[in-house]
Amino acid sequence: MIRTITRQKPLAGILVGLGEARRVFIVGCGTCSTMCRTGGVAEVAAMADALGREGLQITGTAVPPVACDDLDLAVLDEQAAAIDAAQAVLVLACGFGAQSLGARRAVPVVPGVDTLFVGKERGPGRFEEICRQCAECVLADTGGICPVASCHKGLLNGPCGGTRDGKCEVDREMDCAWTLIYQRLDRQGRLDRMRRLQPPRDHRAVLRPGKLAIQPGEEEHGDAPAV
Amino acid sequence: MPQPFREALASGRFLVTTEVGPPKGTDLGGFLHHVDLLKDRVDAINVTDHQSSVMRYPSLGGALLVQERGGQAILQMTCRDRNRLALQADLLFACTRGIRNVLCLTGDAVAVGDHRGARGVFDLDSAQLLDAVRTLRGGKDLGGNELVGGFDMCAGATVTPEARPIEPQLIKFEKKAAAGAEFFQTQAVYDLDRFRRFMEHARRLDARILAGIILLTSARMARFMNANVPGICVPDALIDELASAGKDKAKALRKGIEIAARAIAAIREQGLCHGVHLMAIGREEVVPEILAAAGIGGPPPPTTS
Repeated sequence: MIRTITRQKPLAGILVGLGEARRVFIVGCGTCSTMCRTGGVAEVAAMADALGREGLQITGTAVPPVACDDLDLAVLDEQAAAIDAAQAVLVLACGFGAQSLGARRAVPVVPGVDTLFVGKERGPGRFEEICRQCAECVLADTGGICPVASCHKGLLNGPCGGTRDGKCEVDREMDCAWTLIYQRLDRQGRLDRMRRLQPPRDHRAVLRPGKLAIQPGEEEHGDAPAV
Repeated sequence: MPQPFREALASGRFLVTTEVGPPKGTDLGGFLHHVDLLKDRVDAINVTDHQSSVMRYPSLGGALLVQERGGQAILQMTCRDRNRLALQADLLFACTRGIRNVLCLTGDAVAVGDHRGARGVFDLDSAQLLDAVRTLRGGKDLGGNELVGGFDMCAGATVTPEARPIEPQLIKFEKKAAAGAEFFQTQAVYDLDRFRRFMEHARRLDARILAGIILLTSARMARFMNANVPGICVPDALIDELASAGKDKAKALRKGIEIAARAIAAIREQGLCHGVHLMAIGREEVVPEILAAAGIGGPPPPTTS
């Protein structure tokens, strides 16, 4: 299952973000930031303690099951008084959660985490980015391994000169995506795919910020909806 | 002035290129000194493009200076800092100012340089940049639009003969050749037996190969490159030879000059490839000495201008 991977900001940075606010409501998330240990029940409680030690007043806390889900955020309406009593809502959920919450209530939201990437948990506490939502999928030619996400430079035509024993020069713990792609295509007998010159990416494939409206009826035909 | 590099590539004679790095700042004195020293001793001079992702005076400006001083410049161009609009525009500019050669590189990662928080662009990669040069030569840009006036540059690329594993590297090498690379300057080679095996593969392609030679200045430098630079493998015998100089830096440099000259002479005598690309990395003043020791130096060729 994919998750939004977050990292908690240092306390000093959080205090700068909170600015003059003395009364703070803290919101976590029961899904992704619970898994990342950045905004689960325990982290929200620890943050309340830490801010309390800085002399801030905590008007309340909440950990909705899915902070980016509008239905889940409706649960917070039960705590409307505590939220509205605050001068800032500190959000220990990803950028989706913080923006969903910010659109819902008048109190300003302040992020307590940085949203790093959308990734997969490879093992306990180990997360990796494997798709960057680039809007132009090349996996058919790359053995099902994405070079846009998995190569540091996002190269489409093979490894750069910085690969060494199957690792990336930027981080020796990181696999060279193109070594992995080569090995898989070789096993599949499909190296001809790697020999094709991939053209430059078409960044019009999705106009950022991405928006998509599926027209009625199109789902049945499987047509590509207009972007 | 040396003959146009494309003509030199077609001449069949043993070619020598070298490189100079522009300064960090605006004092061009040292850079110009090296250009003047080398311009008539080699077939072309590469000008590096923020090598190792360290911000410097631009390669385009440096290459222009090489041309103005009567040298034959190879403009190094990476995809790290410019998108396809800027890359094409710089190529057009280079062409109008007499720069006739471009080395198309992906570029080092920003994360290894001195502006580590910057964004790496990589809108194109090296193979796509080669294809872009070819597209411009055909009179169109990458958007499919007609260009006014002609465009021509001789495009080259790099390859790492000692990459491990070598197979993915060879596929990319072939793609670069197919995308229009007329010449290749390789990453440093120190083991000529391994290089010979690489050339058995490379000879099948219609491109000139210049073997990369990096001047070794000490055993410490050789060990550092073995540990840190992908695709470089200095054999123990050479490290021992450098180490025999002890702590005498001048003596170690002499050993390095000998090693480089020996390699160049061997490559030439054995006809391993079409020439060498000599990288002295800050010791450009000893390049003439290396070439002389390899039997290549001699008096500068007569200038035609």
